[in-house]
Amino acid sequence: MQNKPIAVVIEDRCKGCYLCVNVCPRKVLSQGSKLNRYGYRIVVVENPDKCVGCRLCEYICPDFAIYIAWK
Amino acid sequence: MSLEHKHPLDVFIKIDRLPHRFCPGCGVATTLNIFLHAIKELVDEGKLDPKKLVVVSGIGCTGRVSGYLKFDGAHTPHGRPIPFAMGVKLANPELKVVVISGDGDIVGIGGNHLIHAARRNMDITVIMVNNFIYAMTGGQVAPTTPQKVYTTTTPYGNPEPPFNVVRLVASIGANYLARWAITHPFQLKNSIKKAILREGFSFIEVISTCTERFGRRVGIGDPVKLYNKLKAIAKIRKVSPFEAKYNWDEEITCGEFIDEEKPGFIQMYFNMVKKELGDRT
Amino acid sequence: MEVRGDEYLAEIRFNNSNIACGEAAIVAGLKFFAGYPITPTSRLFEYLTEELPKHGGIAIQCEDEIASINAIIGASWAGAKSMTTTSGPGFSLMLESIGFAIMTETPIVIVYVMRTGPSTGYATGTGQGDVMQARWGSHGPYELVVYAPSSAQESFDLTIKAFNVSELLRIPVIVLTDAILAHTRERYIWRDRSELKIIDRKKPKVPPEKYKPFEPDPEDLVPPMAIYGEGYATFAESLVHDERGYYEPTSEVYRKLIWRLHEKVWLKKKYIVEADTYYVDDAEILIVSYGSLARVALAYIREMRRKGIKIGLFKPKSLWPLDDEKLRYATRKAKKVIVVEMNNGQLYREIDRLLKNKEVIFRPIFKVDLPTPDEFEEVVQECL
Repeated sequence: MQNKPIAVVIEDRCKGCYLCVNVCPRKVLSQGSKLNRYGYRIVVVENPDKCVGCRLCEYICPDFAIYIAWK
Repeated sequence: MSLEHKHPLDVFIKIDRLPHRFCPGCGVATTLNIFLHAIKELVDEGKLDPKKLVVVSGIGCTGRVSGYLKFDGAHTPHGRPIPFAMGVKLANPELKVVVISGDGDIVGIGGNHLIHAARRNMDITVIMVNNFIYAMTGGQVAPTTPQKVYTTTTPYGNPEPPFNVVRLVASIGANYLARWAITHPFQLKNSIKKAILREGFSFIEVISTCTERFGRRVGIGDPVKLYNKLKAIAKIRKVSPFEAKYNWDEEITCGEFIDEEKPGFIQMYFNMVKKELGDRT
Repeated sequence: MEVRGDEYLAEIRFNNSNIACGEAAIVAGLKFFAGYPITPTSRLFEYLTEELPKHGGIAIQCEDEIASINAIIGASWAGAKSMTTTSGPGFSLMLESIGFAIMTETPIVIVYVMRTGPSTGYATGTGQGDVMQARWGSHGPYELVVYAPSSAQESFDLTIKAFNVSELLRIPVIVLTDAILAHTRERYIWRDRSELKIIDRKKPKVPPEKYKPFEPDPEDLVPPMAIYGEGYATFAESLVHDERGYYEPTSEVYRKLIWRLHEKVWLKKKYIVEADTYYVDDAEILIVSYGSLARVALAYIREMRRKGIKIGLFKPKSLWPLDDEKLRYATRKAKKVIVVEMNNGQLYREIDRLLKNKEVIFRPIFKVDLPTPDEFEEVVQECL
């Protein structure tokens, strides 16, 4: 049942382009300091509670590395 | 790389080939993402059988998309996805054939095929990802590169004006013609859905960002900055296709330009054959 | 009484090789044709645009030869037996996509009607100057099969065989005729498919989850071909690929692929090759000739035999690969082998290479129409 949207980052796929951080209208995402196994500084979901599930991040990601799940 | 399906689009992707070869921030990969969202919605709405979808792409960065998909497809020689797609469609009209290829592939070397497929109102959908450059081979000038830009083969600046592909296709005619940028994900997704279901020739130009080969040559090497620059110039306006602007410094007009339902090639061909032969087919 | 020829299962027809090839294609199951008008093929093209819809197929004219060849490759992947026809200048345009058909293992047939070259040459003249282009024109190391009929009957039979070989081995096959054959009407026997052996491509034996587009069957090295629209998610990859069809730029994958693309043809060499021999059991001089020129050669040889000269003819009907076993048999007693061609020595090089311990002489005839037996004699006489 659609309740709360949660942004999920698939760490191994993220290439740290930050397009999702840029398009998010609610500043849910940000550049983290964590490096994934390929050496990319990946995106983190900093403010998950602010997410409204607009899915702009899901649509813009070139790497299929972020999507909105519903809890 | 774990092989379990995570992302909702993973059902359509050969996930054992991820991470793919597209650069960080690549507009081609974003277009692929939006395209797959469109396909997913069509499948969920019962309007498309994914077994009947064929994705054909040519050579270039955009040409690599078909290799990552779990649909029937082809990676054709440079410039030839459109005639290949035409052969597929005519041999089996039940298939839904989509060409996804780059600007150099479709309107450069493949220009002749584009012109004739549009003229014939061939029942295929062409999605041309325009990143203003020949990216795969290192950044040579393309027919869509803005004037004065420095590329590897125009080291003194590009002396030629570029193609405004919307005007080109409009002058020939198509059943559906639209231009969007990757900064319009939802409009692009809906446009793709419309184009695939439309009989006759559908053409969507997708203005895209290439950070490595084009962005750096116009002074914007960062994906976010290039995206924001594109967002500033890609404006949606309801105008005739001949008034659609294509100017990297001012505006690239986006929107739906032609939306018609003339009979496609297959209908015309089979009706004419039936008329002559009657029951003898 | 008006009857459609197809109501009889076999009948004598009177037509040229263009039409014979077209009729054979329809018998073999042709369903898609795309072409571009070029002399001297246009009559075959026009015939198919009219006839093919009557047999449930489509024949269209494309904007150029490049579109034609790519369209027929696409149609083959969608499941249709497909064909195009062209001449020298058009085939030159198709070369890149011949490589595409080879790499993706696509069955297609091309009726290649030679004319006078090079370049625009003489559009309504004949020639044999494209033997090398038909085989080696495209880039990269590859194998394909080229047949050279010398009559309307052979055009019919070899076109049927061309479709069979292309479906069996998943390769492009070329039927190499010339302008003389294309315009010479003569009798031939047309047969329905129920009287002939027609081969179709192998279908996948496993369900889609287990299917790999380029995984060969070990006995013949040919992968079963899934076609579009049946849920197999098959992929025509022009890059070097592994059995899954994934791009793999490594030497091991490349070596394996190239070896298989060659070996699958060589395994079936005995089935593929075709050649005729005339008067070779005791021949001390052997003429090698093919296509329409072989008919002139045979007339000349018959004349010579009447004078008591021990001369024979080896007429290859498959140029690539050549029936070298039959060639060696034909030259057992020969002291001289004379290759006569209407070009600058294209098949001659192959004959010379294959017969290492024989004297092989090349005699060109450059003429825009078919030489007479007297002209043939003039060219060959000094070598005897």
